[in-house]
Amino acid sequence: MTLRDAILRVLGVPDYQGYLAHMRERHPDEPVLSQDAFMRERLAARYERPGARCC
Amino acid sequence: MSKAARTTLWVGVALAGAGAFAMLALSRGETVNAAWLLTAAIATYAIGYRFYSRFIAQRVFQLDATRTTPAVRFNDGRDYVPTNRVIVFGHHFAAIAGPGPLVGPTLAAQFGFLPGTIWLLVGAVVGGAVQDFVILCASIRRDGKSLAAMAREEIGPVAGGMALFAILGIMIILIAVLGLVIVNALKSSPWGTVTLLLTIPIALFLGVYLRWVRPSRVLEATAIGIVLLIGALYAGQWAAATPAVAKMFTLSPIVLAWSLMVYGFAASVLPVWLLLAPRDYLSAFVKIGVVLALAIGILFLLPPLKMPALTRYIDGTGPVFAGSLFPFAFITIACGAVSGFHALISSGTTPKLLEREPDARPVGYGGMLTESMVAVMALIAACALTPGVYFAINSPASAIGTTVASAATAVSSWGFQVSPQDLSDLARQVGESSLLSRTGGAPSLAVGMATIFSGFFSGGGALALWYHFAIMFEALFILTVLDAGTRVGRFILQDLLGHISPALGRVSWYPGVVLASALFVAGWGVFLIQGVTGGFNSLWPLFGIANQLLAAIALSVGTTVIIKMGKPRYALVTLVPLVWLVAVTSTASVEKIFAADPRLGLLAHAKTVTGSLAFADYLDAIVAGFFLVSVLIVVFDAVRVWLRVISPTADLVAQP
Repeated sequence: MTLRDAILRVLGVPDYQGYLAHMRERHPDEPVLSQDAFMRERLAARYERPGARCC
Repeated sequence: MSKAARTTLWVGVALAGAGAFAMLALSRGETVNAAWLLTAAIATYAIGYRFYSRFIAQRVFQLDATRTTPAVRFNDGRDYVPTNRVIVFGHHFAAIAGPGPLVGPTLAAQFGFLPGTIWLLVGAVVGGAVQDFVILCASIRRDGKSLAAMAREEIGPVAGGMALFAILGIMIILIAVLGLVIVNALKSSPWGTVTLLLTIPIALFLGVYLRWVRPSRVLEATAIGIVLLIGALYAGQWAAATPAVAKMFTLSPIVLAWSLMVYGFAASVLPVWLLLAPRDYLSAFVKIGVVLALAIGILFLLPPLKMPALTRYIDGTGPVFAGSLFPFAFITIACGAVSGFHALISSGTTPKLLEREPDARPVGYGGMLTESMVAVMALIAACALTPGVYFAINSPASAIGTTVASAATAVSSWGFQVSPQDLSDLARQVGESSLLSRTGGAPSLAVGMATIFSGFFSGGGALALWYHFAIMFEALFILTVLDAGTRVGRFILQDLLGHISPALGRVSWYPGVVLASALFVAGWGVFLIQGVTGGFNSLWPLFGIANQLLAAIALSVGTTVIIKMGKPRYALVTLVPLVWLVAVTSTASVEKIFAADPRLGLLAHAKTVTGSLAFADYLDAIVAGFFLVSVLIVVFDAVRVWLRVISPTADLVAQP
């Protein structure tokens, strides 16, 4: 993992490449989301639940 | 390292810590250097981490690297993603670190530096870090379940339901009190107002940039964002120096409060990629950067602590907030020692990322120690100020009047010498018309931070730039809680409303979204407005009580989990902080509601005022009562379960 990736993960940026790798490896026959759709879905999920932000 | 060398090392750490504590506690009359406080802190954290967290990891939970974690078991490339522990630590810390640990210790400095220091260190090592760690362990053993879900399953439906209600109520108070911190920092401050206002178009620009111009180039966008933030800082300076513009942005507290409500509502209904996400990236970056810079600054300057170890305000007559050392020091400091909110993170995103069970120790326990260290730095920054200046900034106008002359006279008469000249000079140096009665903690911390930073880069109005940089940092920090919190609150509310009318629960039905957002904003808006008119003193203790009571719920869940593992003896790990928190918070709630002194007691205060102010007091009293009752219900419900489990006839199967 590069430093760039590490910083992105700490900031909480969704990992599209990781998702693609996961889908290739585990579910090669299923359709994958586009980058835009993936980012939107991940961000929406992040701001729906308590547990991502604190005082 | 050989066993003998290790023993010598830890004996050395223990002696250094004990020696530093002795220096802090026994100093009388002369100033103590912050180096002693840092030494005591680091030694305490090191010993707590090395011995106590290991005991919890190995004996209580028997964390096992060969057991699969939810991240591995349910790996879906989205929510559940096995992640390196260093990254999880960073992510967890960025999520738990908020403005709370900066504000609380600053306020508690009115008791002197010693009570705050002791509670931050002891509270974190045996309370807060234990809570975060235990809840994280419990959650990874339960597929990454949330705190409310664990309360429901481990204790019962009553506790689960109460926990959910308590979380919603606590979020309302949290957002209101943090909003009030911003209002008090920005009132009549065109520089600060313009700078913070500009951060909103900057975030929107980054959102558009990341969506359409250069999709997902987050680091690049954040770098542009930081340059723009610095531009906003200078734009604010220009605005303050240009009379016509300055006049336009010299806003009253009530206007600022309404603006925050409009902003919170917008953030709740706008798409997250447009505003929340880019602003979050930016603020996470600034957050970690500033915390590191503050640590380095304090380490290099090692400022003397000008505040005495103890002030006479431990009797409860302090101007910053009412209430005596016990229980209010423990309520006020809140987040840096024990923060119930962390239990939501420890049972939220973090357990779904952990790759190995033993990683829970550095992330859960270690993450909280780091947060506590941030609070220690805030305490140092506050205590490094001249006490006279500290009290002039943090006391309400009712105590010190509205002119530098009246403030200097009042504060000096309390035994903290300060001249009118000192106060007006400082205000001029930081680029403000006045610093008097800027309650809420943020401005005095900003003065402290600016003093520390300008120790490196001084001259040419550096103090003013650093001061407004610090204000922008704190305000940005708070906005991230305010808008993300409003959005989460909207979802919880929609979830509850869905039980009444299914349409309202649908998150894609726009009228439902707007209605739930408006309701939730109105909920915290009521408390924000009453805080603006009634003062900071009443709202912060209410937040502290709420946060510590959420911790009591979390520790009840933790105790239940440990007892159900068949280890009632080890339940003391969570039972001891639980008993302490219940004692502290119930004393504080009862005093806050019923005390005869109108400065402290809400009901007594309601009799001295009329109209909306009296209404506010009754409302606060009801809220404090609600929090107390809901937590007592959870605790009693938990005790019932404990007794059933450990009774000889128990037939419950022990759970891992």
